[in-house]
Order: sequence, then C-alpha cells, then structure tokens
Amino acid sequence: MSAMTIEKPWQRWLIRLGVFVSMTILVVPGAWVVLTAFRQNIEILAKPAVWIPQELTLKNFQGIFGLLDTQQGLPVAQYFVNSLVISVTSTVVAIAVGMMGGYAFARYRFKGKGALFLGFMLSRTVPGVALSLPLFILWARLGLIDTSWGMILVYMSINIPFTIWLTDGFFRQIPIDLSEAAQIDGCTRWQAFWKVEFPLARAGLASAAIFAFLTSWNEYALASQLTRTTASKTMPVGLMDFTAQFTVDWAGMSAMAVLIIIPALVLTFIVQKHLIAGLTFGGVKG
Amino acid sequence: MANVSLKKVVKRYGREEVVHGIDLEVAHNEFVVLVGPSGCGKSTTLRMVAGLEEISDGTISIGDRVVNALPPRSRNISMVFQSYALYPHMTVRENLGFGLKIAKEPEAEITKRVNEAADILGLEPYMDRLPAHLSGGQRQRVAMGRAIVRNPDVFLFDEPLSNLDAKLRGQMRVEIKRLHQRVKTTVIYVTHDQVEAMTLADRIVIMRDGYVEQVGTPTQVFEKPANTFVAGFIGSPPMNQLDAIVANGKARLSDGVEVPLPADARVSEGQQIVLGFRPESFAPKGHSLHGADRSVSVARTVMIAEPLGTETILFAELGGKEVQGKMLDPRPVQPGEMLDFTLDLTRLHVFDKASGKTLRA
Repeated sequence: MSAMTIEKPWQRWLIRLGVFVSMTILVVPGAWVVLTAFRQNIEILAKPAVWIPQELTLKNFQGIFGLLDTQQGLPVAQYFVNSLVISVTSTVVAIAVGMMGGYAFARYRFKGKGALFLGFMLSRTVPGVALSLPLFILWARLGLIDTSWGMILVYMSINIPFTIWLTDGFFRQIPIDLSEAAQIDGCTRWQAFWKVEFPLARAGLASAAIFAFLTSWNEYALASQLTRTTASKTMPVGLMDFTAQFTVDWAGMSAMAVLIIIPALVLTFIVQKHLIAGLTFGGVKG
Repeated sequence: MANVSLKKVVKRYGREEVVHGIDLEVAHNEFVVLVGPSGCGKSTTLRMVAGLEEISDGTISIGDRVVNALPPRSRNISMVFQSYALYPHMTVRENLGFGLKIAKEPEAEITKRVNEAADILGLEPYMDRLPAHLSGGQRQRVAMGRAIVRNPDVFLFDEPLSNLDAKLRGQMRVEIKRLHQRVKTTVIYVTHDQVEAMTLADRIVIMRDGYVEQVGTPTQVFEKPANTFVAGFIGSPPMNQLDAIVANGKARLSDGVEVPLPADARVSEGQQIVLGFRPESFAPKGHSLHGADRSVSVARTVMIAEPLGTETILFAELGGKEVQGKMLDPRPVQPGEMLDFTLDLTRLHVFDKASGKTLRA
C-alpha cells in the first residue's frame, strides 16, 4: 500500500470520509451503551430520541451497587468475582495445556497427528449454543450446574483447541535449530524450551491468552443455561437481572455493560502490541 | 584426548536406510571434512555425532566413551549451524555466554572466557547488539565464538559458510583455518563445496548416497581418486573422463586416438575403461603446468576459450566428448583456432568402466 501515491487532496479527503463513516458505524452501538450508562432514565426513554445528552449522571452506577434508597442493589461484586475467577482460571489452564499441545504439534511426529489436529479444528465449527442442551444434561448429572468449576470446564474445552492452533503456528515459526543449538550448549530439552523457545513465542502466547480470556469473559449463551445463582453467575448473565416481566432497566443494564467492558478494554490495551504482532504472525502462517 | 570413532554407523528413517554402515576414525586435533553432493548423508552423520539424530545401528565414540545413548549436552561438543542458530532474544554477549551460564560457571569465569572469544574473533564492538542487527559475516563469527567459549572436545560445523556471499566465504574459510591453528581441537566439518574441503581439511571424507567413497588427505584424493565419482567431484574444473577400450596395451578412444597407459595400470586386453585426466594435464604446447617427460600430442580445434587472467580454460573435442584444457601463461585464443595440445601421460587416471574403480596401483 505504501507504494500507492495519492496525488490529489480530494482523494485523500474521500478516503478519510470513508474511514470516518465506517468507523462511525462500528463505534456507534458501543458508544451508545456507554452514553446510556451515564444518562437519566427520562432521556433514555424519550421519543423522539435525544441524541445529545443534556445532563450526565452517575446515578445508574450508584443504583446497581445499591447506593440509592429508591432501588435495591445487585450482587455486582459477586458477579465480577465469579467472572474473574472463571475467566482467569480457564485462561491459565487453556494456555498451559494449549501451549504444550501446540508445541507437540509443531515439533513432534506421532501417529494420528493430522487427524487429531483436524478434530480440534472441527470442534471449533460447532456453535456453542448447540452444545447447551447436551451440556446441561451432562452437567446436571455430574452436579456441575451452577458451579464455577462447571463453567471453567466449559470455557477450557472451548479455548484449548484454539490455543493449540495458535501456538502451533508460533512454534512452527521458531527454527528448530535454536532448540538444537541450546541442547548442544548444555540444555536439556526442557531447559531449551523455557530459555529459548518460550521467550520467542511470548507474543503468540499473549495473544492466545487474551483471546481465551475475552471468550470466557464475554460468553453469554452457555453461561445463561448453566448458572443459576450468585454462586456462579457471570457478569454477562447478570445483565439479565435488569429485565423484569414488563420492563427493562436500560440505564442499569448499560451501566453494568460498561463495567464488563472496562477490564476487557484495559487488558487489550496492555497486550495490544503483542496482539498485533500475534495476529499478523498467525496470518503469515496461513 | 578427543578422537572420534564411528563404527558401522547406520541411519534409518522408518524403513529407508540413508547411511549405510560408515566407519571413520578422526584423530585427536584432526580437521576432517565430510564432503559430497546434497543427500549423501554427510549432515545426517554429523548430527548423529552431535546427538541430534538417533543412531540406528553401530557405535559412535568420543574419546573412549561410547556416546550412542548420551544426549547432546553430555557429549562435550559444540556445533556451528548453517543458519547460525543464534538466539534472537539475546545480545551477542549473552549468546556467547549462554552455554557457560547453563553449566553454572562462576560469573567472573564467564566474563573472562566470553571476552577471550570476542577478542579472538574481533567481536568486541558488537557485544551488546542483538543478532538481528549484525551482518552475515558477524553472525557467523558469533556462532563460532559461541562454539569456542565452551572449550569442547569436538567442534562440529554443518555447512557454516553456505549462507555467505563468495567473497566473505573466502575470508571466513581462512578465519576457520586460523582458528583451528590457534584453538587446537578435533573438528568435523560438513560441506558440499570441494574447495572448502580441499583448503581446510587434514583429511577429506567423500560421501555419496550414504556410503563413504574415499578417505584421504587433500593431496591423496586429488592425485589418486579411488573412483570416477571422486575424480569428478574433487578439482575444478572437473577431471575429463573419456570412455576407451584397451588395445595393444594402449587406450583407444572412440575417435581412434590412442593413448599409452601408465605402467602400473592393471588392465587386460579389450577391457572397457574410463580414461581420466585433469584440465591442467591437457594444455597447448608450451603452456602446460608440468614439463611432462612423457606426453602425446593431438591437434584440436578450440571451441570455446574462457580467459581467467593467469590461465585460460579451453574447450575442445576429444574421444567424441567435449574436454577442458588449461592454458597457463596464456596468449589470446580465438574460437576455431587449431592448437597442438599435449596430454601429460604421467598424470593419467584409469578406471574400470563397469565398477568405476581405479585400475592404478
């Protein structure tokens, strides 16, 4: 693209306009949620819609934490802890197991390797919701309904195949000579992995980790089936607390959505550099 | 003492055998070069010595230890890879000291030895750079430095110069030779370049298709090639090889030219042979390398002349094939010009046509 030269200013402006329009379309729903979270209920429900907020407020946030007299609070803190425990645990396990799996696929030759890899990829083609009924029956028999462990198991099994696929690509990019050189330099195979191959694959592992974390953090469909109470309900499921039989508390829901977005956003910013390197790296692999 | 001894070493991948029972003795401090075309098993053999490939059969010993079952780290070897295999996330200093750090040498000792290696190879200005910020020649030097800091029993080189351009390759070749003179160690060096083999080796091992074709000093393999393959592989331009039949104790070429055979050639009347002679033994009168005692003259038309400065390579037809001659102290030669060539009879090679083996004592 850098070879393309734009000579006329109006062409440049046309491109900027195009970018602006498409970005607007992308950003508006998110921005609307954030705006709604800081608005008064009257303004939110006004018809015709009020596009520019007249007054911003923190009342919606105070409301969901039960800081206002008019409204009962929700166990947001408990939901947050559940989400965090489930997401972090399933991500850590998925990365640990997936990294080992990816390394094995990249470095070792074993029987049925191709079929196994294909199997992992095929498991990704099944939509999560399709699993909800069988999972529900299975989890009910195992007594895993409404437990954090139940959710951790589900997210692990979703994330491990993906992590294997991603890290396999990363390890493949690292020349095998490096591990061999390290072994000749006195390392065991294990040391060679930790001192040479692991540091070089860090970018890939970081992006795999954020993908796994966001998958677990944002997942709604399965969690809504398999969780019941504050014992295991995650933040996205908690959003449904704002719907009653005839009304929806859009203000509260939006405030909670903002609370869900913030950690994901912070995490993404932290690993952004790795993420870009990771995505392009994976792209090269094809 | 770190001699390396290979006894009936075999390598199989599944059912396919790629190295067929190699025997080789490398003496203490000897520089041995394994050379051959790609796929001849030379790298596989080296990797078996290194411990990076399992040995399917036979034994490999370093010193008086059989190392078959030992992992690379326990063999006290170091290796320079074709790709250099420098650790991209470590500086030159860290790359050099990595092996010593793994061995838990004291910090002061590491610093001392790393600095020594850097001094030998002229790496001081680059010590804090990452490999990505080095040129090909510098990376090559770091790879060699990483190999020497550990004071190994045996140095292994796997085509270390093949990624460099021609000029740098020549420089590094000299540096490797100098390094070996300075750091006396046993060396096994793999290359497909016969010039590297000739210039570096104490002894050359010529391999083809998983077999050893000949082992000898550079002079031996050049002057007394064991078979037509070695004859064609060593020397540049390659030896001319012409089919001939033994008639009246002479070799008769397909175009009727008769060449007297050396006295020690064990041939029988009517035998099909290959007559070999190097381009430097086939020169226009007055332009030959050796003032030959015995020679035959043939007048031939020059088809192509390649002037190289100190010599000119001449292409002419002999025995129904195109042969190359070397004209020393050259004068300008035009294609189509008829020249009187002399064929030096004291430097003839005679091979059996069927087996390719030499027929000279």
